[in-house]
Amino acid sequence: MLESAISLTFGLLTVAWVLNLYRLVIGPSLPDRVLALDTMYINSIALIVVYGIQVDSKLYFEAAMLIALIGFVSTVAVAKYITRGDIIE
Amino acid sequence: MNVLIEWLVAIFVVVGGIFALIGSIGLARLPDFYTRLHGPTKATTLGVGGTIIASLLFFSWQERGLQLHEVLITLFLFITAPVSAHMLAKAAMHRDLKRMKGTRGEPWKQ
Amino acid sequence: MKRLLPYPSLTLVLWLTWLLLNGFSVGHALLGLILAVVLPLGTRPFWPQVPLVRDRMGLLRFVLRVAKDILLANLAVALKVLGPVKDLQPGFVEVPLDLRDSFAITVLTSTVSLTPGTVSADVSEDRTRLLVHALHVEDPQALVAEIKQRYEGPIKEIFEC
Repeated sequence: MLESAISLTFGLLTVAWVLNLYRLVIGPSLPDRVLALDTMYINSIALIVVYGIQVDSKLYFEAAMLIALIGFVSTVAVAKYITRGDIIE
Repeated sequence: MNVLIEWLVAIFVVVGGIFALIGSIGLARLPDFYTRLHGPTKATTLGVGGTIIASLLFFSWQERGLQLHEVLITLFLFITAPVSAHMLAKAAMHRDLKRMKGTRGEPWKQ
Repeated sequence: MKRLLPYPSLTLVLWLTWLLLNGFSVGHALLGLILAVVLPLGTRPFWPQVPLVRDRMGLLRFVLRVAKDILLANLAVALKVLGPVKDLQPGFVEVPLDLRDSFAITVLTSTVSLTPGTVSADVSEDRTRLLVHALHVEDPQALVAEIKQRYEGPIKEIFEC
């Protein structure tokens, strides 16, 4: 039961990821691409958490946490760079 | 493994996956940047929330004790998602991106 | 006491976070407590004046209401996202702000971004207006009234500012 639910979720998340990739490639603007990357990292966190359940290991929590931290900081930095042309004013 | 817990974990995992997918569908098919902004900030964040609740239930059951540390990821995402959305919206207004036909009101000059 | 613990609730949150991350043991409880006391002291100059929470029960009620709204809003937005694109009526709406404190405004903008089909896009320089982008808005005035009554009112009461 759980096995098939996890497989199904892997499928859903992979489709989501491909859709993000589609948006990343066609753009059309820079903010669109940053938004696509932002969504990608959030989907990756979900993937890692589900994988952690599948292999029954708590180690993956740390990876998910790190991606959450780094992803947020990079999105804000790039968004700020687009707006101001500078990150630290 | 307890059947009830297994069902609960399975339901939360799938619901999380569905929300993440809906957010990404919104990102892929909506017509302009401002509307696309809505999918990822809400649905995808909630999607991760769903998988995290599943993981929490699963490990709390496996370890015979409450395992709450994964809540931190959800908490962090719920705090940061509005901030990234806000920054991206400002960036979009600065670039004066196209709006879809029929959008009411005007964005501000940046 | 006041000088040692300038923000008692921040200390509590930091300590709990440390314990959640590392698991509970006496050593971690002590180390976490030391960090939770030292970090607020060390970073005190970075913090602007943060308003104190006056109404703790109000804060709890507000958090529960927002959690419920996030769930319902997501179902509504999901239908909009999957439905026909032509029927969408997005719009920018300006919300006049009664809040003055920057922290309270941050709480309001985050709440607006997380709930029913709205993302806060910008706050004016003088902090008197908030620009909100809505995915689907039929009556802008009603949206403004809803944001003010449902979220701004309670935040104002919680922080009393």
